[in-house]
Amino acid sequence: MNNILSVKAVSKHYGDFTALNEVSINIPEGSVFGLLGPNGAGKTTLIRIINQITQPDSGKVFFNDTELKPSHIKNIGYLPEERGLYPKMKIGEQAIYLAQLKGLDRSTAKAELSRWFEKFEITDWWNKKVTELSKGMAQKVQFIVTVLHKPKLLIFDEPFSGFDPINANLIKDEILELRKNGATVIFSTHRMESVEELCEDIALINNSNKILDGKLDDIKSTFKSNTFEIAVNSSNTDYLENQLNSIYEVSDPSFKTLGDNLRLNVKLGSNQKSNDLLKLLSDNSEIIHFKEVIPSASEIFINSVKND
Amino acid sequence: MGHFTLITTREYLNKITNKTFILSTFLTPLFIVGLVFFLGYLSSLNNETVKNISVVDETGFVYEKLNSSEFLKYSLLESFSIEEAKIISKTKSDYGLIYIPNLNSPKEIAEAISFISEDSPSFTLINNIESQIERILTSKNFMIEGLDINQINDSKVYVNLFQETFEGEKTTKTDGFLKLLFGLFLGMLLYIFIFAYGSMIMMSVIEEKTNRIVEIVISSVKPFQLLTGKIIGTSLAGLTQFIVWGFLFFIFSTIVTSLFGITSMPSTTSDAQIMLSASEGSAISTDSLELIAAFINLPLTNIFIAFIFYFLGGYLLYSSIFAAIGAAVDNQTDAQQFLMPITIILIVALYAGFLTVPDDPNGIVAQIFSFIPLTSPIVMMMRIPHGVPIFEQIISLTILFLSVILIIWIAAKIYRIGILMYGKKPSYKELLKWLKY
Repeated sequence: MNNILSVKAVSKHYGDFTALNEVSINIPEGSVFGLLGPNGAGKTTLIRIINQITQPDSGKVFFNDTELKPSHIKNIGYLPEERGLYPKMKIGEQAIYLAQLKGLDRSTAKAELSRWFEKFEITDWWNKKVTELSKGMAQKVQFIVTVLHKPKLLIFDEPFSGFDPINANLIKDEILELRKNGATVIFSTHRMESVEELCEDIALINNSNKILDGKLDDIKSTFKSNTFEIAVNSSNTDYLENQLNSIYEVSDPSFKTLGDNLRLNVKLGSNQKSNDLLKLLSDNSEIIHFKEVIPSASEIFINSVKND
Repeated sequence: MGHFTLITTREYLNKITNKTFILSTFLTPLFIVGLVFFLGYLSSLNNETVKNISVVDETGFVYEKLNSSEFLKYSLLESFSIEEAKIISKTKSDYGLIYIPNLNSPKEIAEAISFISEDSPSFTLINNIESQIERILTSKNFMIEGLDINQINDSKVYVNLFQETFEGEKTTKTDGFLKLLFGLFLGMLLYIFIFAYGSMIMMSVIEEKTNRIVEIVISSVKPFQLLTGKIIGTSLAGLTQFIVWGFLFFIFSTIVTSLFGITSMPSTTSDAQIMLSASEGSAISTDSLELIAAFINLPLTNIFIAFIFYFLGGYLLYSSIFAAIGAAVDNQTDAQQFLMPITIILIVALYAGFLTVPDDPNGIVAQIFSFIPLTSPIVMMMRIPHGVPIFEQIISLTILFLSVILIIWIAAKIYRIGILMYGKKPSYKELLKWLKY
């Protein structure tokens, strides 16, 4: 697959502090990419380098296989974590201004903006000032400004922080719609759960180093531990528990169910089969719950960060 | 439209459509004119009240020689003791009472004269009374010593130097006075302009930073473009304000001229003396005419060109510094710490000008300050009306503009880093580090 963006061995230092250390990342075209990491890991620095706000000390960034240059700016839409609008400027005027800075001409900007304002049913905001809007309203405008010039690459830094659930869903749907129309999306966040269902590829950054990247499904497969959640109703729980203990590695349950009297996490060895476990259970009890434990992105994240 | 034009236009429109800006543009001249008229009115009001002063003259020769004026009337309280006179004077609600005891010699009298009043009298009033009595008692002394007062007066010589430069330009005291005044005015003007618009730029930077709009903007344009666009946009707004003021001044002066009937005629004489004819009964005194003539004698072309360059240089220099300060801090309170040294330098420039230029416009201190780029716009502008060699001005301007390039480069570095830094106010050491990033 073609990579819309390739970051190659990029480093950035601020005095003695290393913000990024030889980080390389490939972002496939048309994907939804999660750039994950704790606060202060270097995500924002990397994004600022991609946006040409700061220059890397070493390493290169390629956009569609050409080295990043100022003309690429109009192909990128960026919603920073620290975002705002001019408080005293009318919404319509400032959106047009910001779109013009991205290279749109005035009339195109105006037409596109009208379309988005109608879509969000906010046409009557055009002549309002930001000070008259609520925070959620301002966020909608910021989102529109980010996508107005139809960029090929969209970068959202902590996109859902500060959004109420209704707006967050609205924005989420719009982002997926844009992606369907061919845009590539990068989500940068430390709140994994907010993007897990959206991202196909991820990269994990911790302490200025990339520690993990690839397809989320592949990463999950490598991180799964062959552990199953089981919940049964048995007439002889002691016997069953002893049996399980002698064959498998058993731990306290990590889940909740109803109507059972034995609840455990069972870890299978490398050559043990889930069917054998299932057979043991069905012979001795009524099975209520049986599910493989697949680590969530945030569990992988926490584990990787801890081990790093 | 290019980025730079877009940013400059936005900054410009944003400034000139700002309500405070519009109000200050139109209200400042109104305020100044109003203030002048108000002060004039107040002082005339002050003079119009006639002050009555009673005199108890035991000598018998002082009172008759005291000259009453329109606003100051002396009246004699004959054959009253001082205690009685005090009561009378108070009931008449006089402004004051002069008591002149009769003693042996004018010198002794002079030491014993007293002035009694309700309020503490004004300095000019006391001066007036003192000088009158001094004159009277001195003449008395002359008479006692047998000197002829008329002879003395005839022998007195008054000097009014005829001034001329080596180039043959005639100058007068009025010229010198006006050069001084005009120079100080120009220096002050630059100082005010640098401060007013410089802090406007700083506020604009802080605003963008605290509203968090800045990262959105600089993901589209280079911070340097944003910085320069901001500086140029704001200075264009300032220029607009100046043009409006100039226009208002023109209208106002046209009205005044037509009211008082001064006309200036083109010079016909070789030494470029300006002929001024004041119509009969004009309210403009010969002093004012002399002032206007002196004004026209100033090196106006040089002043005008120099003002534009020094204004441009000084403004660019300081507004870059102001922008860098705005970028380094999160709010105005934090900005104070960094503004302090700048304010001190500007005030030093102003005072250096005030204290050295009137004494000796081409003295060594004034010269040094007119080469240092941070002070040269103000000090040099104060000197130029007195005449400064062109090569000196060129050297000073060259230094100034080279420094402008350097300072903009430094400011852009600080700006670039600062606008994305939130939280702790940086120290000077950290600012230095930013230059290396």
